[in-house]
Amino acid sequence: MRRKTSLKPITLLLLLITFVSYAKEGAPSSDSKADKETEIKEYIQHHLQDSYDFTLFSWTTEAGEHKYFGFPLPVILWDNGLKVFSSSKFHHGETVAEVDGNYYKVHHAKIYKVDGPNGEIVEDDHHHATNEKPLDFSITKNVTMIMMVFLIMFFMFKKMASAYKKNGGMPKGMGRLLEPIVLYVRDDIARPNIGEKHYKRYMSYLLTVFFFVWIVNLFGLTPIGMNVTNNIAVTFCLAIITYLITTFTAKKDYWKHIFWMPGVPVPMKIILAPIELLGTIIKPFSLMIRLYANITAGHIVLMSLIGMMFIFKNWLGSPLSFVLAFVLGILELLVAALQAYIFTMLSALYFGAAVEEHDHHEAH
Amino acid sequence: MTIPNIVGAGLVVIGAGIGIGKIGGSAMEAIARQPEATGKIQTAMLIAAALIEGIGFAALFAVS
Amino acid sequence: MEKLIEEFSLGLFFWQAVLFIGLIFLLKKFAWKPILDSVNDREEGIKNALDAAENAKKEMENLQADNEKLLKEARAEREAMLKEARDIKNKMIDDAKEEAREEAGKLIAQAHASIETEKKAAISELKSQVANLSIEIAEKVVREELSNKDKQVKLVESMLGEATLN
Repeated sequence: MRRKTSLKPITLLLLLITFVSYAKEGAPSSDSKADKETEIKEYIQHHLQDSYDFTLFSWTTEAGEHKYFGFPLPVILWDNGLKVFSSSKFHHGETVAEVDGNYYKVHHAKIYKVDGPNGEIVEDDHHHATNEKPLDFSITKNVTMIMMVFLIMFFMFKKMASAYKKNGGMPKGMGRLLEPIVLYVRDDIARPNIGEKHYKRYMSYLLTVFFFVWIVNLFGLTPIGMNVTNNIAVTFCLAIITYLITTFTAKKDYWKHIFWMPGVPVPMKIILAPIELLGTIIKPFSLMIRLYANITAGHIVLMSLIGMMFIFKNWLGSPLSFVLAFVLGILELLVAALQAYIFTMLSALYFGAAVEEHDHHEAH
Repeated sequence: MTIPNIVGAGLVVIGAGIGIGKIGGSAMEAIARQPEATGKIQTAMLIAAALIEGIGFAALFAVS
Repeated sequence: MEKLIEEFSLGLFFWQAVLFIGLIFLLKKFAWKPILDSVNDREEGIKNALDAAENAKKEMENLQADNEKLLKEARAEREAMLKEARDIKNKMIDDAKEEAREEAGKLIAQAHASIETEKKAAISELKSQVANLSIEIAEKVVREELSNKDKQVKLVESMLGEATLN
């Protein structure tokens, strides 16, 4: 309990800084209300998207010039050969980059190939760009963040593990805080859902995914302002790993229950098989969508509330939106942990179903 | 977003809201009846709520 | 749905997959295994210590029960010994009494027999003395009345007839 109270001021401080930073970012320059609304909308859209450079915040000068505070990241493209260049060539998406005689332009946070130095993106009726898209393996803002979390987690837990060895099997420092969480994952998520017999095989994945999602979600709430888990690619990756582990570690019983459900009449078996098979895909799909949508929705609502401050601009609206955003920020902290917990919990549940051994003589 | 889409999204949210609300209410009743099983009830509640939420989100994305 | 597919970025997926799977294996080797192992060891240690304490307690109880049993046995043995001794004592007394009674009976019988003999002897002696006395008396009478033979015989006969022996 004592540890919790000592963390509180830090958390509050982080939250406040987040708001300050957002507020700075969201400050619109134009005066009319409609313009501001579209600007805030665009800003939120931009915030939710990945970007090729690491911008902490940006502003517009009196002369209408955009200023950015941050650093460029490497762009890696596969377009008839590997092409690596700095994202500073795009000038934050404002210009076309020329590499080895090819021209590239950023459009809605994606790189497209254009014809020449003044080439334009051609859009069809549905506002989809029709230009050619090179294979893009760039180190984007989100990839940088994933790498950061990778390093943080690796060194944090490595240190924790080595402390056990030095300290004679007792946790030390950070480990004292993390050990109860590790044990929680083991005793309250893995053990009851997978079963005493098989849970050890899945511990590495469950622990990694729990801490990864949690830390990444928490980083999404910091002033660095990047949210990895609101990219469908990231949640898709996590979900597909869960799916693959479930599929490849599944016992005979699992497949039997999918294709030939015991204990029901034959016509029902035939009807149930495709439903069950579809269920195996829907399960990881819902995992993916849930994490993605929760984090995205949280960010959109939080930023809209902060943006309202600049639309209302009166004595009632601004404090109200601040209070609402503050409360929602605390709720988002809860959601960050809750989504990590749910993801891990449901993964464990699916693994449990895969390795479960039914007693056909008594059940069904 | 067209009008039918918006109406559909609204229906999805209403359905999911009712579902999660019922789960929450039942969980509260269960906890009031058996306070010693709070942990287990909460876990089951979260799982059920998450499943409904997942379906809700899937439907939202389908209509939008 | 369309929006989701449009948003999907292959590059991000690639990096996420590479980094995340790498993270799983790295952490498995360097963190989770040692952490879970030492936690397990600790829990096992605590469990073993508890078991040992429980065993020691049980042993103590067993020992106490044994002691109790031994004490009870000893007490029972003492009781038995005492009872036996008492029995032996009683038997000895009874035997002695019986023997004494028999001895006394024998003595009394002997005494009776000797008294009888003595009595017989005394009677016979008395008889002989009476005879002697009678003879002496007879002598005296005879000397007196020897003159008359008929008278003598008569006298002897009458005297003998009077002297009835019991």
